[in-house]
Amino acid sequence: MNRLSSRHILSISDLGQKDIELILDTADSLSQILTRPIKKAPPLRGRTIVNLFFEPSTRTRLSFELAAKRLSADTVSVSAAASSVVKGETLIDTAKNIEAMRPDVVVLRHPCSGASHLMARYMERAAVINAGDGMNEHPTQALLDLFTVKRHLGRLSGLKVAIIGDIAHSRVAHSDIRAFAKMGADVFVSGPATMFPSQVEALGATVVLRPEDAIKEADVVMALRIQKERQGRSLIPGVREYASVYGLTSERLKLARPGAIVMHPGPVNRGVEIAPQVQDGPFSVILDQVTNGVAVRMAILSLILPETV
Amino acid sequence: MRPIFLQNLRILDPETRLDVTGDILIMDGRIAAIGDEISPPDDVRMVDCSGMWAAPGLMDMHVHLREPGEEYKETIETGTLAAVAGGFTAVASMPNTNPVNDTSAVTRFVIERAISAGYASVYPVASITKGLKGKELSEFADLMGAGAVAFSDDGYPVSDPGMMRLALEYAKGLGALIISHAEELALSSGGVLNEGRISTILGLKGIPSAAEDIAVFRDVCLAEFTGARLHIAHVSTIGAVQIIRQAKAMGVKVTAETAPHYFSLTEEAVLGYDVNAKVNPPLRTEEDRLAVIDGLRDGTIDVIATDHAPHSILEKEKEFETAANGMIGLETALPLALELVRAGVLTPLELIRRMSLNPRKILGIQGGRIKPGGAADLCVIDPEAMFVVNRENLRSRSLNTPFLGKTLKGRAVLTVSCGKIVHNLLW
Ligand SMILES: [Zn+2]
Ligand SMILES: [Zn+2]
Repeated sequence: MNRLSSRHILSISDLGQKDIELILDTADSLSQILTRPIKKAPPLRGRTIVNLFFEPSTRTRLSFELAAKRLSADTVSVSAAASSVVKGETLIDTAKNIEAMRPDVVVLRHPCSGASHLMARYMERAAVINAGDGMNEHPTQALLDLFTVKRHLGRLSGLKVAIIGDIAHSRVAHSDIRAFAKMGADVFVSGPATMFPSQVEALGATVVLRPEDAIKEADVVMALRIQKERQGRSLIPGVREYASVYGLTSERLKLARPGAIVMHPGPVNRGVEIAPQVQDGPFSVILDQVTNGVAVRMAILSLILPETV
Repeated sequence: MRPIFLQNLRILDPETRLDVTGDILIMDGRIAAIGDEISPPDDVRMVDCSGMWAAPGLMDMHVHLREPGEEYKETIETGTLAAVAGGFTAVASMPNTNPVNDTSAVTRFVIERAISAGYASVYPVASITKGLKGKELSEFADLMGAGAVAFSDDGYPVSDPGMMRLALEYAKGLGALIISHAEELALSSGGVLNEGRISTILGLKGIPSAAEDIAVFRDVCLAEFTGARLHIAHVSTIGAVQIIRQAKAMGVKVTAETAPHYFSLTEEAVLGYDVNAKVNPPLRTEEDRLAVIDGLRDGTIDVIATDHAPHSILEKEKEFETAANGMIGLETALPLALELVRAGVLTPLELIRRMSLNPRKILGIQGGRIKPGGAADLCVIDPEAMFVVNRENLRSRSLNTPFLGKTLKGRAVLTVSCGKIVHNLLW
């Protein structure tokens, strides 16, 4: 059985091209389970997966839970309100305590960048999957995005990917840029300059100020969610202006290559990042992303727990 | 104490620019003689120090000793023990203790604790504003009367420029020195490392170098305007070095220090979310590092200070964003600074000037000399000695240094403070 080169999934940087291909191929075969009437297979029976969410996220959590259940693993979910963090337990103590209960995988969502790296350092047996750490990364989302693009366009290498919006604060963007670049796509980012991280090129993207330049000839156009307030400051004068300059309208989408697909990591601010007719239009694969999330997470879980597959 | 005869040392005295090879005789806690024609008394302890240097006891003008209030991180005793192990016989301690050193009682307490510990002298820096709150001036004259050598709200900037102006004007009347922790909070707040390539790679909010540059420029302007004496703490950016260089050329009474980590490390040291490399100001880029080195070379930066900031694992072993700022530095400063000599940036004499004489001059403290007749206050440095930075070798109560586990080259092998041997690896 093939294995991933990394024990944990903390960052796209930990995965090689081969790892990513393996995940996508595995997801492809596992996705068939999802179309059967009885959506359950036995490979992870007896395995325990802890979903540890220090930040609310209905979709990612549900996606991981369904992925685990489809493969017959036992899952336990802990959310921030119920967690002992509110009682002052440190993340390291939480890690040690969870490890002491012998789970196989810990899926961690945490508001601090690097939290999953910290937790992984204290995990001797269990694998850690980063389900979003601060504004750093969300690697499984990037993998499901790759999977979605590959399904629709047949390849990743040589594609032009445009990502529009708040690049600086989007962990999805941080992982997506790395992932698409790693698989040979050309990634262009655009948005208000207040929403660029400094030296974004370090992640593997080219910055263009005008969104039209990013969208032009693009095979994939991804809009990111705008979070209006950051550190008490708005990074943009207003959503109306944002929608008019950076919003993904049908007009702008015409600049893209024929057959280009439209993506969004969700949840969408309707009418801000994407015009409603584009969001619900024929090129949108936004709901496919959600569906594919389960298959990709099934693949990831089975690959980091390979012995029983 | 038996007289000590140190033979064949390179003797460095920056005040007189003395740089000769010779012997030093220490008797009754005093430097009895220097030179190559000393006839030692009979019962003397002869020590061959070939290849080693003798320098005035080093002075670190920027340390956090944590006592009173956070003795679990460091005490005046453990901090001064770390100091002498690093070759320092004097340190200036920052006022952000609990309670804050904003009253003469705290100032006197710090001095007395240091005297009873008996390792290095501690010169307290009192706060500029009461409680470090930036609202009301501390009682400068009273604090100076108790022994405060300078004023700083270190840990925080004095954010209100009007308050900084007042502090400088009031200090000028008393001949006091204001030490600026230069940081524009409106730009830096929320940031946890340098803003740049690494902050993007790690997905953490950065602190732009402009946050330091603007604050340094503001304080330099105010120093020029008021005519007061200003010292800029922990310079870390290319912009700050340039502003200070220009201000000095214009005759502004400004001095500056940097810390060894700013000329030894770059922002890359935090990769892997290494909280031990989390400091404020943050580690910067290679370009900034080289500018800091240039500032040391041409004298723009007068002093190498450590900003020794001990923290226990309680504050450090956690998420990078919430971990405390600061690293210990007293015991790694000399080996790191010796790299500058090995790289040809500074002569040994100029290095010692920045670590011994200049801090004392800036703070108005006697000493920093090697001369016959004075109380022996010196360190012997073996520039070739290798040592591993680890729990066994460190005297500080805390272990927060990114150099943990690393082998460094060069260290103090003998420290004599006020005539007393306080650190000795020679015999
Ligand atoms: Zn400071
Ligand atoms: Zn400090």
